[in-house]
Amino acid sequence: MIEIKDLHKSYKMGSNSLHVLKGINFKVDDGELVAIMGSSGSGKSTLLNILGMLDGADSGEYTLDGVPIKNLSETKAAQYRNKFLGFVFQSFNLINYKSALENVALPLYYQKVPRKERQEKAMQYLDRVGLKPWANHLPSELSGGQKQRVAIARAMAAEPKVLLADEPTGALDSKTSYEVMDLIQKINDDGNTILVVTHEEDIAHMCKRIVHLKDGVIVEDKKIEQVRAEQYV
Amino acid sequence: MWLFDRDLWSEVFNTLGKNIFRTILTMLGVVIAMIILILLLGSSNGMSNMFQNVFAGTASNSLFVWAQSTSEPYKGFERGRRIQFHMEDAEIIKEQIPEIEVLAPRIELGSHRGVTTVYRNGRTSGSAVYGDYPVIDEVTKKKLVEGRFLNNTDIEASKKVCVIGEETYELLFDKDETAIGEDVRINGVFFTVVGIYKPNDNVNIDGENAVFIPFSTFQKAFGSGDRLGWMAIAVQEDTKVPVVEQKIKKLLKTKYDIHPDDDRAIGSFDMSEIFNNVTTFTSVLKGVSGFIGFFTLIAGVIAISNILLITVKERTKEIGVRRALGATPKIVRRQIILESIVMTVLAGLIGFSIAIGILAMINGFLGEGGQDGIPLLNPMVSIPQFLKSFISMVGLSVLIGLIPANRAVRIRPIEALREE
Repeated sequence: MIEIKDLHKSYKMGSNSLHVLKGINFKVDDGELVAIMGSSGSGKSTLLNILGMLDGADSGEYTLDGVPIKNLSETKAAQYRNKFLGFVFQSFNLINYKSALENVALPLYYQKVPRKERQEKAMQYLDRVGLKPWANHLPSELSGGQKQRVAIARAMAAEPKVLLADEPTGALDSKTSYEVMDLIQKINDDGNTILVVTHEEDIAHMCKRIVHLKDGVIVEDKKIEQVRAEQYV
Repeated sequence: MWLFDRDLWSEVFNTLGKNIFRTILTMLGVVIAMIILILLLGSSNGMSNMFQNVFAGTASNSLFVWAQSTSEPYKGFERGRRIQFHMEDAEIIKEQIPEIEVLAPRIELGSHRGVTTVYRNGRTSGSAVYGDYPVIDEVTKKKLVEGRFLNNTDIEASKKVCVIGEETYELLFDKDETAIGEDVRINGVFFTVVGIYKPNDNVNIDGENAVFIPFSTFQKAFGSGDRLGWMAIAVQEDTKVPVVEQKIKKLLKTKYDIHPDDDRAIGSFDMSEIFNNVTTFTSVLKGVSGFIGFFTLIAGVIAISNILLITVKERTKEIGVRRALGATPKIVRRQIILESIVMTVLAGLIGFSIAIGILAMINGFLGEGGQDGIPLLNPMVSIPQFLKSFISMVGLSVLIGLIPANRAVRIRPIEALREE
């Protein structure tokens, strides 16, 4: 699904440049649930940004579902993001003046799905995250865990190839974190490929594979026994 | 078609409605600008209408020629010789100068601008008495209050009829008394009144108190022979009046042995000159008011652009999320520009309605004929003027909306979403 070869990225900080990614090679197969771990400054967010086409790499190859991702125009990048990727952010990033349902329907709007179909589909995904009764509530009326579930529903609504979650539990308490992880596991059970960036050990162990990043290189890449979040909920 | 995209519009109104107070304040600038523009255009139209009204009834391309006395000795004649035109002059001029559309010879009783006593039942009026041809009506239109003007039958039969001015009527008749069919006496000859005219109070060539009788009747009744007082001439549309004026003078100077450089022997008055001056004045006025209005409008629209820039700044994160979710730069740009257009058009229409309301009120106050001392008549904007202002407003809003729109497009999702 995802294939990365010798990826380099550096940021210019004034006169000196900061080499953040120093040759990353990694491959994710269909249906995997991968945790990307590392302390802050390890380059995990940069990697996710590049994977999410929010940022470009300096050198190296990136192939997503057989499509080479290189030198994209802003428009093309937007279209690919819409078609291939779903995003979940630490701070949820819901649009605060839109209801839960409208938030979930937003990527479908950009896919030019007709209004009625869009509403139905969005409702269906809200139902899957158990928030159907909150469909017409504004984000300000939802709890943190509910907001993140809306964000996950929004990411899934466009039926992406890969779900990218950047610290999805970073702003949540542990009980809510497990609820969210439970949801992510269930989505993965349905065969979706998911990448989770986290620095929390327990969250990482709820995935099926852990990739450790340190100083811009992968130091460890291992398959693990998945801990089901269900038992903590 | 995005124009009918309900979601796009609801997005636009949602964002505008989020800070309704600020939106309204911003729009106020355009509202006021539009009011100023329309009021300026309306009042310059009103002023132009007033001038039009002043000149109504006088062909703008007309010319009056009369005889005076020479001021240069020439061919053995001494200076100060009185020139007298004759009937044949009219024929010759008409024949030799094809640019002339209408030539109406006129003769006046007594001296130029002289007054003759008109009697009726012991009442008198000191009036100017003119012998005229009906075509004079094509050069200076008479507003008839009652009856008719002179016609060709009057000329052919040398009928003893006359058309009198309103002032003459007031002097000779009681209020509400019927004048048509009554007789008045001029130099011992009786004339039947067939019409009463109202003098054009703005451009008045005939005087306020005048009696018009058929030219042929004048000749017979007062023995004027083939003498001719003056000529009222209308030239063809696309002809310059001064050109014709010079041609006529040259012709007459040759005929009456007048020194070619003698400017005093033949008097003339070019109506088009005044008319052109006024037209130039009103078009300059219109241009200046359009200019001022347009720049006021630009100022208003720039305020909208500024507010949108602030909004874009505030919505950086939201725009970033949208971009991450697949909004293309085109979609983002379109929405911001639409916001600019919606604000401008809405404000413009409000301003337009208010301005039209004000103009209508002024109109109601001025009434049909205008008011004394207010140089306005029917101040309104025309539909083309409205369309022009409207289109330039929309065009400006698109152009100016591009600034915040491009700012929004430059927001990179990664920067917008970066955690603080």
